[in-house]
Amino acid sequence: MSAAPIGKDLLGLEHLSADQIRLILDTAEPFKEISLRAIKKVPTLRGMTIVNLFFEASTRTRISFEFAEKRLSADTVNVASSGSSVSKGETLVDTARNLEAMKIDMVVMRHGASGAAKFLADRIRSNVINAGDGTHEHPTQGLLDILTLRDRWGSLEGRRVCICGDVLHSRVARSNIWGLRKLGAEVAVCGPRSLLPNAIDELGVTVFGRIEEAIEWAEALNILRLQLERMQAGYIPSLREYNRVFGVTRERLERSPRDLVIMHPGPMNRGVEIDSDVADGPHSVILDQVTNGVAVRMAVLYLLAGGRPEVAEAAKG
Amino acid sequence: MVLLRGGRVLDPSTNLDQVGDVLLREGRIEHAGASLGEVRRDGDLIEIDCTGRVVSPGFVDVHCHLREPGREDVETIATGARAAAAGGFTAVCAMPNTDPVTDNQAAVGFIIRQAQRADAARVYPIGAISLGQKGEALAEFGEMIGAGAVAVSDDGKPVASAQLMRSALEYARAFNIPVADHCEEPTLAHGGAMNEGLVSARLGLKGIPAEAEEIMAIRDILLARRTGGHVHLCHMSTKGSVELIRWGKDRGIRVTAEVCPHHISLTEDAVEGYNTNAKMNPPLRTAEDVAALQEAVKDGTIDLVATDHAPHHYDEKEREFADAPNGIVGLETALAVLVTHLVEPGIIGYGTLVDRMSCTPARTFNLPGGTLRKGSVADVTVFDPLRRWTVEPSAFLTKGRNSPYAGMQLTGRAACTIVGGRIVYRQSE
Ligand SMILES: [Zn+2]
Ligand SMILES: [Zn+2]
Repeated sequence: MSAAPIGKDLLGLEHLSADQIRLILDTAEPFKEISLRAIKKVPTLRGMTIVNLFFEASTRTRISFEFAEKRLSADTVNVASSGSSVSKGETLVDTARNLEAMKIDMVVMRHGASGAAKFLADRIRSNVINAGDGTHEHPTQGLLDILTLRDRWGSLEGRRVCICGDVLHSRVARSNIWGLRKLGAEVAVCGPRSLLPNAIDELGVTVFGRIEEAIEWAEALNILRLQLERMQAGYIPSLREYNRVFGVTRERLERSPRDLVIMHPGPMNRGVEIDSDVADGPHSVILDQVTNGVAVRMAVLYLLAGGRPEVAEAAKG
Repeated sequence: MVLLRGGRVLDPSTNLDQVGDVLLREGRIEHAGASLGEVRRDGDLIEIDCTGRVVSPGFVDVHCHLREPGREDVETIATGARAAAAGGFTAVCAMPNTDPVTDNQAAVGFIIRQAQRADAARVYPIGAISLGQKGEALAEFGEMIGAGAVAVSDDGKPVASAQLMRSALEYARAFNIPVADHCEEPTLAHGGAMNEGLVSARLGLKGIPAEAEEIMAIRDILLARRTGGHVHLCHMSTKGSVELIRWGKDRGIRVTAEVCPHHISLTEDAVEGYNTNAKMNPPLRTAEDVAALQEAVKDGTIDLVATDHAPHHYDEKEREFADAPNGIVGLETALAVLVTHLVEPGIIGYGTLVDRMSCTPARTFNLPGGTLRKGSVADVTVFDPLRRWTVEPSAFLTKGRNSPYAGMQLTGRAACTIVGGRIVYRQSE
């Protein structure tokens, strides 16, 4: 099997080149148009079988992938974690062996362990798309965030993006950092120090300890969801205090010298990391992110399948 | 009788370093040093040509996990003792975190009997500090030592209670044994899978900061000062720990420390790609830590090298990184890792190597061996310091295959291991 231009798998953005990232974004553009047609379907992946393997609940990501797969005419099977192999104690190695035996073409996997996607990809011949592995990467989310910003700005070169919140436990943050920096943007993170990895500045990002500083500096804020259990684990005092100190509110935004682009990967905790009038306000591109998610995932599926001559042939038609 | 001819006889305990002969008779060292010329034969005489090899007191590993009782599928005392012999070890100390825990005299006796049957390296049991290693009540040190235990440790787990550690150090004084300490502050280390730093930030793995080790190291150094007990710090992994040990030693506190071959040869980069064979506790640290530990082996701040040999079943390592068990096998690679990473780059010489692997471990744990002095037990290791070989886990004598050195070329290999005057291992040519 010859490798697709972006490799056999999409495990993360860290190991993709700027050109490969641009290729995915450029490929996503025409797929946006398909979603606007009356019949939102092309035969590109007809006859291919894709398994959506979700060991961890994520309705948004799963639905987005399913739309992408269906619009490309692939046959899909969904395996969710409830009642699946995980709860029966089947190991990831067994899962890999079974998938290999079933001769499927692609696997989209969400898993709670960092490195799980690589683990699977190393053991099966099918293409593996990482739909989020532990606190590592979530490359398609990173790509859709970047696509949304590129739609706004035309180019990422020299632009300033700040990722706000729980970077320590986020998978989206890493994918954003790698992808944005490769395309020439400056990246910062902002949040309580207890929720930022100790060595984060060694990844080439600026660190802000105060949201006011981040707002002063940035042209776009990507606001991460704060999870309740972080509070119970002693990372932060309370959600109330989080909102008071780090919440993105309209009052704070009004002090920005420019029109900030507001992003959020969802689902949002309104009144915690983001206030409703910000989430629904004029600078929010949160719904564009959702739309772009389908197009980016179609692009990734298409490109990974592109290594197969018979599929490439079908795509021409 | 065994006559080891023409090797480099190297015994730091007696300041011996010369090309010559070693003669073993009736399980004792009869002669070590100058060439003997013609030797009067009484009964059988096995003569071994040791030209180009080093003849040293047998290596002593004060820290390994032999998994019996409880996980005989992973290792038994017999397979562990044979792996030890193949690595040049004439004696090893078995940690008590078995199932059930070695926390009473019957369990200690069981290990000794199994070791006698194995007829390979000597195996000395280490008893638990606390009953069931639960960290609540002291185990019966006196009875365990009476049955043959040589130290106490809750290794595998830290002693979370400072008060229990204090009691252990105080109580152990009566028996003059070390309290071997697994230094890990549990709330800081909780859930961690590797060193906390740049690599963990990139891979999205929860890190274990250096301070998790250092906080416990200094706590227990201070408790040793308070109690006068002997604390032996296991598997030190950070530059900060080295500084704390130096601080304690400078003040005459009874603290000794060990380092594992992997912590002085590999960094956290070995985890890249979620390699579970590089997952261990304490985790592999940074290049700066490795350099500080190497220096500490050289200057004696770190007293000795121990393997922390920890075999696991293949399936248990073949899984998600965060869920994979900690530990690697080490008995059969320890010598070569030290030669390759400490001797070849010129950090230490073979004399220091033998001291840190044999003389000092034996002395620190009050064990026989660790010397070629006339009349002492005939535990001898002959090794080939220049032999290059490729680590091939399937050829190990341990049941474990979990080695981060798989496929690597290393230098230095045990040629012959002699326990009590009996050859228990010979490397095939
Ligand atoms: Zn330990
Ligand atoms: Zn251990």
